[in-house]
Amino acid sequence: MGVELAHNGECHEMEDVNFSDSELVYHVRDALISVQTGDSDSYHQLVGVMHHSERLAPDEVALLVTSLKALSGAVSYIDNVHHDSLLNSIFGMSLWKYGPDVMDALLELIIALAASNGKYVDSCLDMLVSNFMPPMYLVNTLKQPRGLAKKEQVLSRVHTALEGIVDLIPMAASRLSSVVVHRMPTTFKKDLQKDHLMYRTEVYVENILRLESGAIREFVGSRMLMAVVDMLIELDVAIGWDDILQDDSCKGIFAIELEDADEVAADDDNDENDYAELPRTLNRKSLGKNIVADLLDSLMVQTFEHLESCARNKRLGEVFETLLDSFMLTILNTYKSKFAQFVMFYACALDPEKCGVKFANTLVDRFVCSDNAVTRMSAVAYLASYLARAKFLSAAFVASTLKRLVDWCLEYCETQNGEMNPKAHRVFYSGCQAIMYVLCFRMRSLMDVPRLKSQLLVMPLGPVLKHKLDPLKVCLPSIVEEFLKQAKAAYLLTTSETFIFEDLLESDFSRDFGGLERLDMFFPFDPCLLKKCDRGYIRPNFVYWKHVRTTYGSDEEDSSDEDITEDFVVVNGESFMEEEGAGSLDEQHLDLDEFDYAMNKMSITPKNGFTYRFGGEQMQMPSRIRPSTTPESL
Amino acid sequence: MEGLSVSDANLVVYVHPSRSKNVSQAILRELSSLLFKFNETFDGVVLAYAVNALDKHARILSGVHPYFGVRLKANLLLFSPKPNMLLEGKVVKLMRESIHVIVLGFSSAVIVDEDIRDEFRYKSKRGEGKYVSRVHKRHTIKVGTMIRFLVKSLDEEILHISGSLIPDHTGSVGWLDGDVKNSTTESNKKRKQPDGEIEVQELGIASGDTHSVNNDREIKKKKKRRNAEEH
Repeated sequence: MGVELAHNGECHEMEDVNFSDSELVYHVRDALISVQTGDSDSYHQLVGVMHHSERLAPDEVALLVTSLKALSGAVSYIDNVHHDSLLNSIFGMSLWKYGPDVMDALLELIIALAASNGKYVDSCLDMLVSNFMPPMYLVNTLKQPRGLAKKEQVLSRVHTALEGIVDLIPMAASRLSSVVVHRMPTTFKKDLQKDHLMYRTEVYVENILRLESGAIREFVGSRMLMAVVDMLIELDVAIGWDDILQDDSCKGIFAIELEDADEVAADDDNDENDYAELPRTLNRKSLGKNIVADLLDSLMVQTFEHLESCARNKRLGEVFETLLDSFMLTILNTYKSKFAQFVMFYACALDPEKCGVKFANTLVDRFVCSDNAVTRMSAVAYLASYLARAKFLSAAFVASTLKRLVDWCLEYCETQNGEMNPKAHRVFYSGCQAIMYVLCFRMRSLMDVPRLKSQLLVMPLGPVLKHKLDPLKVCLPSIVEEFLKQAKAAYLLTTSETFIFEDLLESDFSRDFGGLERLDMFFPFDPCLLKKCDRGYIRPNFVYWKHVRTTYGSDEEDSSDEDITEDFVVVNGESFMEEEGAGSLDEQHLDLDEFDYAMNKMSITPKNGFTYRFGGEQMQMPSRIRPSTTPESL
Repeated sequence: MEGLSVSDANLVVYVHPSRSKNVSQAILRELSSLLFKFNETFDGVVLAYAVNALDKHARILSGVHPYFGVRLKANLLLFSPKPNMLLEGKVVKLMRESIHVIVLGFSSAVIVDEDIRDEFRYKSKRGEGKYVSRVHKRHTIKVGTMIRFLVKSLDEEILHISGSLIPDHTGSVGWLDGDVKNSTTESNKKRKQPDGEIEVQELGIASGDTHSVNNDREIKKKKKRRNAEEH
């Protein structure tokens, strides 16, 4: 009713009288004022116009644009008590429904409204932020290529409007971050079953990142980045371990998972197209069709791309600061975070010299001088996993970081007289385990450089590891076993005592020092199970256990697959273990044929390959260490 | 410009035991949380602070047990705009219906057309609007001009001021202080300057303007300091 009235009423006026802009403004002002005197006809017409939304005819569009423009001129007359319905309908409008003309007029009105009175700032920001996400019914259209133009049309305007508001009202920036965080879509599993909601969440995060890189990043940037990290963590913890482990035997899964990962790695580097022919990928296999995981995967990719763009714009440093803070605040203390930490990993990979080094140093600092035992253990678990897995870190840096850890452990030993006690000295044991774990991965590469070799040889590993506290007995047997084997081969450390490991993954002692959180089994940078993340971003920077050369590797004669290993080690000796990572890309490509040949020779089929390759002593490490993600560890 | 004041405050900061390791940092953090927010106790917005006398002894107070109170004296720079005060700010947007101003770089103010005295007439040239005085042609207000205006009201939550240009002693600061050159930088060359006025202008810049400029700078410095402390 009201719509009709308004339509007829104002259109006639426009045709007949041909109002000028300012006359229109006065007309609208009168309409607004007259509400207070009881005459609200023209006001209701105005409100009616705001409700025009479905399939507007050109004259309706013109009417709407004119009314919005006139209202922008009359904002100081809008009163939040008397014009409640008008305000509600303005704030309820969705930009996605309209063409560019209406959008521009509406945003002009919103900016004017925000600037006119402090009361409306929050509502205006809220309205703009609610337009970050398209309405549900539009999602399918937007997913098509031509939908992109529409998306850009709306979002670029929304962001310009936000910047406009902050220009006029600087204090609005602080409100904006709260509104964005408050409006963040919640991610309940059931809702996510719908692809639409997933898409909307992706668009929302895209907007957050856009704010982070936009003109007002100085005011809202860091909060936005933290919001994204929080969201990743939230999704991360929403993926339970049950989702990852769908098959019955968990060890089998990880074996297969590794197999697949390796195979993909081999083919991937070679030829992208071969990918389709591979057996089901690790993600499908281990995570199944898990929508939360898919969403997390694509959000992680978005974040990675954002980091890349920051690196291109030379502002990775400032972004990294925030990320690091956020990591220390949330991820570090999140119980067994599985994926979100790879954001840090990738940021470090983008700038190994600054960010990569800083990350490790911050973790060591936290380990050495925090108050909370759990935080310290968690920090050192991150550190160990990071030093072991980050291909981009130089051997020299790994050595110097190890030195700091060993020094701390030594200092600790010297103050202790008691006997072994996993619970009381848990921080110490976690430090020792970290040292051993890193050395399992890096010993050979350190030994290959004479300078680092001598550094390693003078490190007081013996006094620490053979101390009365007996870390060799307490730490995870699988790690200790591998470490001792390598250390013996490298003449780094020999033990008089013989340890009988019986192929145990964990022991009662390790369980004890790991505590309820099982930090003894926490290797946060184990291969990433998210497919897109892993393939495009993490993998090129990642050290897989199978690419690691061990100190005993080339000397071992009795291994059943000796030839192959020999081959493999030599091949990789030149490419993958070239510690200065990125530079060796070319070499890597040269070696790929050979590498592929080696792989074919091994004729890997996912299931049998496992027993074939990991059955041998040489490859025992990954399947033993991998299950940091098994349910046993919970 | 009115509304700025320095006040000495005797404060007690309650420090949480978890922060007891680094008390001075905890105090600075607590004080920083006051910045740029309207505070009823001070009846204004704290723009900057300097802690000058730290009491060596903290007390554990029975009522608020694990917290301990640290007494200190602080020097606070306060911004407390009150109705009928004169403020100065920079025009960031100008339309027929309203003039938008930012005061001290953080507080926003709006002057709607009814609150602009009739002396001023709106003119639009090549899409750029300005308010020009009918009496003194050189008295113009456009984007970038520093203006002096009267406070009508303040929204304390978002520090939004509603202002007025009704009184005669409001308008472009440059013009009011006798500095025509400053207010009409671009078009000024075409006009003939009355004799002797140039010297006056220079003086005007030197004396009248420096105050606000200094203020601005000082606040920026303080802002920087605050940032440094927060990190």
